[in-house]
Amino acid sequence: MSGANRIAGAGRLTPARTVRFTFDGDIYTGLEGDTLASALIANGVHLMGRSFKYHRPRGVLGAGAEEPNALMGIERDKARRQPNVRATVQEVFEGMKAVSQNRWPSLGFDVGAVNDLFSPFFAAGFYYKTFMWPKAAWQKLYEPVIRSAAGLGVSPDEADTDHYASRYVHCDVLVIGGGVSGLSAALAAARTGVSVIICDEQAHPGGALAYETGVAVNGEPGFDWAVETACALAAMDNVRVLTRTTAFGYYAQNFVGLAERVTDHLADPGPELPRERLWQVRAKKVILATGAIERHMVFANNDRPGIMLSSAARKYLNHYGVAVGTKIGIYTANDSAYETAFDLKRAGASVEAIVDCRDNPGEGLLSKAADLGIEVLTDHSVINTSGARRISAMTVKRNRGGGSRSVAVDALIMSAGWTPSVHMFSQSRGKVAWDAETERFLPGEYAQDCTSVGACNGTDELQASIDEAVAAGSEAAKATGGKRAAKPKLKGTGAGNWSGGMAGSTAGAGPDTTVKAFVDFQNDVTAKDIRLAVREGMHSIEHVKRFTTNGMASDQGKTSNIHGLAIAAEALGRDMPEVGLTTFRPPYTPVTFGSIVNHGRGKLFDPARKTPMHGWEEDHGAVFEDVGQWKRAWFYPRAGEDMHAAVNRECRTVREVAGLFDASTLGKIEVVGPDAAKFLDLMYTNGWQKLKPGRCKYGIMLREDGFIYDDGVVARIAEDRFHVTTTTGGAPRVLHHMEDYLQTEFPELDVWLTSTSEQWAVVAVQGPKAREIIAPLVEDIDLSNEAMPHMSAREGRICGVPTRLFRVSFTGEAGFEVNVPADYGRAVWEAIWARAEPLGACAYGTETMHVLRAEKGFIIVGQDTDGTVTPQDAGLSWAIAKAKPDFVGIRGLMRPDLVAEGRKQLVGLKTKNPKTVLEEGAQIVADPNQPVPMKMLGHVTSSYWSENCGHSIAMALIADGRAKTGETLYVPMPDRTIEVEVTGTVFFDEKGERVNG
Amino acid sequence: MLQIYCPYCKEERPELEFRHAGEAHIARPADMKSISDEEFEGYFFIRSNPKGIAFERWRHVHGCGRFFNAARDTVSDKFITTYEAGEPKPDAAELAAKSGEADK
Amino acid sequence: MAEALAARPQYPLEGLVAGSAQVQITPAAPASRLALRARPDAVAPLSKALAVKLPQKPKTSARGTAAKTKSRQALWLGPDEWLVIDTDGADLMAACQPATGTFSAVDVSNRNTAIIVSGAAAEAVISSGCPQDLSLKAFPVGACARTLLGKTEIVLLREEEDVFRVECWRSFSAYAFAFLAEAARDPMV
Ligand SMILES: [Zn+2]
Repeated sequence: MSGANRIAGAGRLTPARTVRFTFDGDIYTGLEGDTLASALIANGVHLMGRSFKYHRPRGVLGAGAEEPNALMGIERDKARRQPNVRATVQEVFEGMKAVSQNRWPSLGFDVGAVNDLFSPFFAAGFYYKTFMWPKAAWQKLYEPVIRSAAGLGVSPDEADTDHYASRYVHCDVLVIGGGVSGLSAALAAARTGVSVIICDEQAHPGGALAYETGVAVNGEPGFDWAVETACALAAMDNVRVLTRTTAFGYYAQNFVGLAERVTDHLADPGPELPRERLWQVRAKKVILATGAIERHMVFANNDRPGIMLSSAARKYLNHYGVAVGTKIGIYTANDSAYETAFDLKRAGASVEAIVDCRDNPGEGLLSKAADLGIEVLTDHSVINTSGARRISAMTVKRNRGGGSRSVAVDALIMSAGWTPSVHMFSQSRGKVAWDAETERFLPGEYAQDCTSVGACNGTDELQASIDEAVAAGSEAAKATGGKRAAKPKLKGTGAGNWSGGMAGSTAGAGPDTTVKAFVDFQNDVTAKDIRLAVREGMHSIEHVKRFTTNGMASDQGKTSNIHGLAIAAEALGRDMPEVGLTTFRPPYTPVTFGSIVNHGRGKLFDPARKTPMHGWEEDHGAVFEDVGQWKRAWFYPRAGEDMHAAVNRECRTVREVAGLFDASTLGKIEVVGPDAAKFLDLMYTNGWQKLKPGRCKYGIMLREDGFIYDDGVVARIAEDRFHVTTTTGGAPRVLHHMEDYLQTEFPELDVWLTSTSEQWAVVAVQGPKAREIIAPLVEDIDLSNEAMPHMSAREGRICGVPTRLFRVSFTGEAGFEVNVPADYGRAVWEAIWARAEPLGACAYGTETMHVLRAEKGFIIVGQDTDGTVTPQDAGLSWAIAKAKPDFVGIRGLMRPDLVAEGRKQLVGLKTKNPKTVLEEGAQIVADPNQPVPMKMLGHVTSSYWSENCGHSIAMALIADGRAKTGETLYVPMPDRTIEVEVTGTVFFDEKGERVNG
Repeated sequence: MLQIYCPYCKEERPELEFRHAGEAHIARPADMKSISDEEFEGYFFIRSNPKGIAFERWRHVHGCGRFFNAARDTVSDKFITTYEAGEPKPDAAELAAKSGEADK
Repeated sequence: MAEALAARPQYPLEGLVAGSAQVQITPAAPASRLALRARPDAVAPLSKALAVKLPQKPKTSARGTAAKTKSRQALWLGPDEWLVIDTDGADLMAACQPATGTFSAVDVSNRNTAIIVSGAAAEAVISSGCPQDLSLKAFPVGACARTLLGKTEIVLLREEEDVFRVECWRSFSAYAFAFLAEAARDPMV
């Protein structure tokens, strides 16, 4: 048995194909194709959740994406637990675990429901008004309590084990919505050969045809036609049919995001299938066939379980074969609810009364009701309901006076009419227009290349919708290069010609009442709340929305917006269009983080760049640090060594023997062309024309404002070829900066820039024994001091492979940087290591590199500079060519502020206690006893323990720093004040003799 | 994500391939060394930031690598036209008219 | 005197394979590559010297016609920029030496590496991270472009209807390969 309320012979599901699932721990049986909502109703379960604010018992309102009430947690395992799933969308599968939300300790007995008793205190704006004071209570009291009480569902606390797929796809025509209009449009377009994508959020195509059983297309039952048409479309090479796929966002230039739910309905999807697939569609034409959403009636206590939309009740019956009750009440302001009453009656339910707030229902309905023996109360209203966990009675009253009577019902079906679904149109930045005659918003001015067809366009009549859709499909195809094809001939019959509808509160819930007539179920907003907002001065719908939270829940006000607007307009005494409609924003329905993040998590979160020598470094115990996307060897601890010990040893070894350092991550740019030197003259402060091939030079690059942008060694390989190096982190932006000037300011120069950062692996061999280490491996190059002095570059071979060998030093020691093609990086490194290790040399990492360069006072751009430091500030005036007529930054350097006295200058600091190592970033003052806030003179930029000097060393930017050399300054820290002496920036080998060793 | 017509690749490409590069048609003074503080301020710091048609530099950085210019409506976020670097600045009023027509 | 020690190369992605029944993802064999930039006056001389006609049309590539240069392809990357790939590993720097005119040739053989994506789902797998229209109509056989794959830049070349060459910078290749392997888990074409 798949539920006591399952009607034999009704619906389209197969009785034999049962599915077992649990809801709050109880086992239920449903049918394959059921949604969680239809399966629970079949089993007589209407109480499915508690409301957000008052914790009132709630059941299902709808049968689709518009559902505000029946939100569930769906659980596969601990890691795969999805909160806030609409029971009306989630299909049941064998073994599914569903839990209700927003209740404690249980759904039937909920402590939070006490909020309902105190509801006068929870009126609109409650949050804004109540939690104002004291401020400190926010962090400790209000926020934690509100957060735990207000949470919708519980998110999983383990990593998601599912995977997600993503696709960019380009098509000629995208049709959003697979109802009769969408299918007709897709069919017309597809026949011409253009590429078509049609998507629908439901598990099946057909839209309203799923419950409008009287409708036929070309003589065939409507739903059967829809399924066959979708199959025929899917079989065409140029068409992609996507079901369970929600168009959630409509962005610029017909860029539409679709979320396809691939496995959420499967019992055992297996590891291959992605849970969801994100489609990012670029369509030449978009056809919106998004249909309409039914509105509820706004009356007192309209939120009890068992009260639902008429279309939903009809779908539960005609598609799922489930009767929503046995004693049905109908409350309507429009004709479509009559069809639901008739269908339920024919299926054997008792329809107690149709309460119509109008006095003139559509033609023929009264006699049809009479034929079926259904009482119709026109010009009546439902003014109240009763029942604890499910409706048990409705109170009915004539609109113009008279007494009321109670009618026992176990379900109340309602319809206030239909709201064209203009969400996607509005997201596309189209402007909606108010249609006074039918009192609804319809697509007005279009902002993008799209068309609306059918119910979302306000086209109510079936054949008119089909014709409109076929025309739109054909036109879209024609505009995108479709070949001529006969338009599909589609004849729709059997649809009712419905009229009526209302917006706002009904009799008994008007401005003179204090009843709880819900407008927005999910956020517990009542008609009274909206009137209060108006009284408190909220005169625009955007303000009313934020004050009451109407339409701000995860259902985005699909059922509530128009009612809210009508009530606000009435309270303001203005017309609805004057009050305005809030803008719809993506997503149409919530999208999982999994879909959005997609592949970009774990190791695909960001590329991890590794040098050719990375494997060797790992093998030799390197600890790595992140430098941008690069993984760089930081230090190489030996057994028993901590970082401090390892770095001290490395620092000592390099100066005493030698060290190997992986410098492959340095940015490298090959500058080639007859005007290469001329171009570098413009890019760097230095002069390049006189640099001879085979020589290197340290260059400083400025921005136009005169501040240091990057630095690096440049080698001239040939008259027209330079090998430029940049900082590791600066490589992409420096190339971009140079390209910018070359392309747009100096396009006449014959020179080109090519990134070679990754062409070359770089082994830096530094220290007294550097030459001895590499000499036996090098061919064709004389390494002697005389032939190859400091700052020279040679081409030759090492270990049999081509090399660009630079005699350069970032340590102050004699040293070489061996550039080899990256494929040979590891082999050459290993060959050099094989020579170095027996001599007592070490491999060293970036930390030692930092210490050694600081001992020599070499700056690191971005550490000792911060974008406001000039070459003069950094003590690098010598690197500015005085005679050049122009270079980038030449004018910036002349700005009054940059030549003013008192600028911060880079100096060295020695702590009075040699063992004390300063904190980088620490502030420096002249008088530690002055009152707070103290006058800051500058800050520490680099600070290390120097094993080679036997004391700590630091660099700092200090106002007028060089003039303060020898003075004592102070570094105030939270627990103490540190005394420092201002020094020069070179701490080791001040004369700089070792590089020539 | 916008589609941007690259005047060098001669087709529309996804915005992800491009990078914005500031206001267009600000020429670097040829006599940089001798301009006044006011001229430098105008060249380096001051930008027009209009509501409506803005002239911008873009680079097809993950494509052909070329810098080019674009006229874009900052209200509608629509590109009106793109053109090669070095080409003269189009007439804003004409573009506005063209943009208005395209909207209809 | 140099020791008799010839360093052995180590290629990125060596030994990796990934994919499914519908798509194979494999590292391409080592190749020589040239980043070529040229003024118009050098285009014809370079085409002659390299024995492959440098294409002038955006998004197109050309293959060498001579017996010795069949392994050679020139990819249009920009209005004055080409990537020349020789899968036989010919010395391309030497080959363009005799050309006259103003140009820049830089050896980038080891800067790039390539991944071959082939099979019925090749286009779908690359479309998982590449925002360009890769349908045969928009991106036919021989089409090439610098573009993006996920968070990394690539040069994409369609060698056959269902064979793509994905060129990327060496240190991004592990990411690109892993991205393609992840995308290939989706069994849909
Ligand atoms: Zn381009």
